[in-house]
Amino acid sequence: MFLGRVIGRVWATVKNQNLTGQRLLIVQPVTPELKDTGKRIVCTDATGAGAGELIYWVRAREASYALLPDEVVTDGTIVGIVDHLDVKRTP
Amino acid sequence: MQIGRVIGSVVATRKHPSHEGLKLLLVQPLNLDGTDRGDAVVAVDALDAGVGDRVLLTNEGFCAGSSVGRWPATPIDAAVLGVIEEIELLPDVRGQR
Repeated sequence: MFLGRVIGRVWATVKNQNLTGQRLLIVQPVTPELKDTGKRIVCTDATGAGAGELIYWVRAREASYALLPDEVVTDGTIVGIVDHLDVKRTP
Repeated sequence: MQIGRVIGSVVATRKHPSHEGLKLLLVQPLNLDGTDRGDAVVAVDALDAGVGDRVLLTNEGFCAGSSVGRWPATPIDAAVLGVIEEIELLPDVRGQR
């Protein structure tokens, strides 16, 4: 899974019907030091994450598993809202 | 799999049910010379790997989910599969990434 920050939201009325009712949030991937890294993406959301929240998301096939039993077409889903990060890089 | 180093952990109370009770570690993938290789990932851990440990990391969902007994069809795509004691390299490879 990957760390990210919710930076926006997308609305699309005309879309694949399996996406109906799904929240589409724009996520900026971040490093453990909360620095932006990599491309911004649109994720479905399984946790009710709000704007600005630090989250972690899962990608590829597993992203759709997060929304079962709904059969959602997605390749990225937010699966957790981070309360706290402990980071100690020096070995 | 990749070689990584545990650099921390993630605390998240609001998360997908299949993640309940699982340790979430921050793992930094490494090159052979120990330098960072790409970004750190959030991985589930069933081995109680500690911060600073070098570990075997998978980024594939089936391995990850089944390694913590959460299979099939759980939204998990990374896991620590082993704690590395030693790495041996051919002499002409040492120091290379």
